[in-house]
Amino acid sequence: MTATSTHAAIDAVWRIESAKLIAGLTRIVGDVGLAEDLAQDALVAALERWPESGVPDNPGAWLMATAKHRAIDQLRRRTMLERKHEELGYELEAQQEMAVPDLDAAIDDHVGDDLLRLMFMSCHPVLSTEAQVALTLRLLGGLTTDEIARAFLVPEPTVAQRIVRAKRTLSEAHVPFEVPRREELDERLSSVLNVIYLIFNEGYTATAGDDWLRPALCDDALRLGRILAELAPAQAEVHGLVALMELQASRARARVGPSGEPILLLDQNRARWDPLLIRRGLAALQRAEQLGGALGPYALQAAIAACHARARTNEETNWVRIVALYDALRQLVPSPVVELNRAVAVAMAFGPAAGLALVDQLTSEPALKTYHLLPSVRGDFLKKLGRLEEARSEFERAAAMTRNERERALLLERAAACAP
Amino acid sequence: MKFLSIWTPDPKTANTPPSPEFMEEMGKLVENAMKSGEVLLTGGLLPASEGGARVRSTNGKITVIDGPFTESKELIAGFAILQAKSKEDAIESAKRFVKLAGDGESEIRQIMD
Repeated sequence: MTATSTHAAIDAVWRIESAKLIAGLTRIVGDVGLAEDLAQDALVAALERWPESGVPDNPGAWLMATAKHRAIDQLRRRTMLERKHEELGYELEAQQEMAVPDLDAAIDDHVGDDLLRLMFMSCHPVLSTEAQVALTLRLLGGLTTDEIARAFLVPEPTVAQRIVRAKRTLSEAHVPFEVPRREELDERLSSVLNVIYLIFNEGYTATAGDDWLRPALCDDALRLGRILAELAPAQAEVHGLVALMELQASRARARVGPSGEPILLLDQNRARWDPLLIRRGLAALQRAEQLGGALGPYALQAAIAACHARARTNEETNWVRIVALYDALRQLVPSPVVELNRAVAVAMAFGPAAGLALVDQLTSEPALKTYHLLPSVRGDFLKKLGRLEEARSEFERAAAMTRNERERALLLERAAACAP
Repeated sequence: MKFLSIWTPDPKTANTPPSPEFMEEMGKLVENAMKSGEVLLTGGLLPASEGGARVRSTNGKITVIDGPFTESKELIAGFAILQAKSKEDAIESAKRFVKLAGDGESEIRQIMD
């Protein structure tokens, strides 16, 4: 193996193992910043040694053993310090006497629990959403600050500072390394899900010319979601989110045209949807449904995506069910965009006149003032109803609102097609 | 990125029937890899004598040869579609697989996007 390929192999090992490593170390030393430093030290040791000795058979265990030794050194030093304090007459809390021999068992038994705790810690509400995202990608996704910066189009020092501050905030707020208790679990979990979905969407909105790290965020988010589903299998919304991400990712190839223009779902070539991801998405949705209870917002959106995924054509789509799912969704998360999507489903299920009646109620909605899909959808309904002159002016309005050149051209074509 | 991994066991050891312990461990490895999304799809192949055939075009003429294929010593026994962040990540997955599967070779090829 050459030095470069060893380095590439070490990168791969780091991506796979670093989260477990940091989680296990946080359990021992109680501070996530210190844990990350220890893990980084182990990585540096690997970078020094592996190019000569070769990558060990079980690289994860090697890193953990190396970091553990350092952690124990740290603890000993701390205990000695405490003893000195005691001699000097400072107060000593008896519980701080940690028994070193128990550490091995402590780490090995709780890998899963530790990862879950680390997720909750990184997404703790004392942190801003931006800090939660950066810390999660750094500690759980194994991304470097440079990679996070490139993926989110912000300068590297900004991300580095965000992470340093986040770790300090956690430490100053004495945020415990634990899974939240039942009464606050729902709220804390939804903050974790929110962070993962934000990461996913950041990747999903990336376009062809972007740094490859941006679209790769989708994979990072999917990986985090799948890990979370493994760790918290009884939480229906976790499976709902995973299902939603898998189903959306299944359409990634079909949603952008050759010149970078976005292709709306109903115009996509379904042969380009990824059947493997669809299968995974449907399986995750089934797990969410089997857990019983009312579906949450993520599971509902996944159920809507699943209606599309199951149909081979637009006509085969179960639009009546989609309308019902939107009805449930707007109860939970009312939003004008949900209303607009619901109107499209209503038009498909019950005809364009029914859809138009709903869209007409949205035209004064401030949140949709600059949303080109509103006049575009309205134009589509009008055209289907034979009101061509009105349809044309709606398409033209939509064309003036979109920022995508290719899409503008398409909308103008549709406008021209409405000319008498 | 997605990779196709093709598993060809060493013909010298390939014919020993797997032990129940091996089957259980392999089942666990595959289950975990499927759950984590590292493996999107995987399958083992029956011997070429059971439902195997080669469809070949030579100068536009099509011939079909039914299995078993006498001329080849090394036969593909399984495949997987991996999702990985880099080639090295895919190699890590393959290493974990071959360590358990025994002697043989796993060829990794990136799937065009």
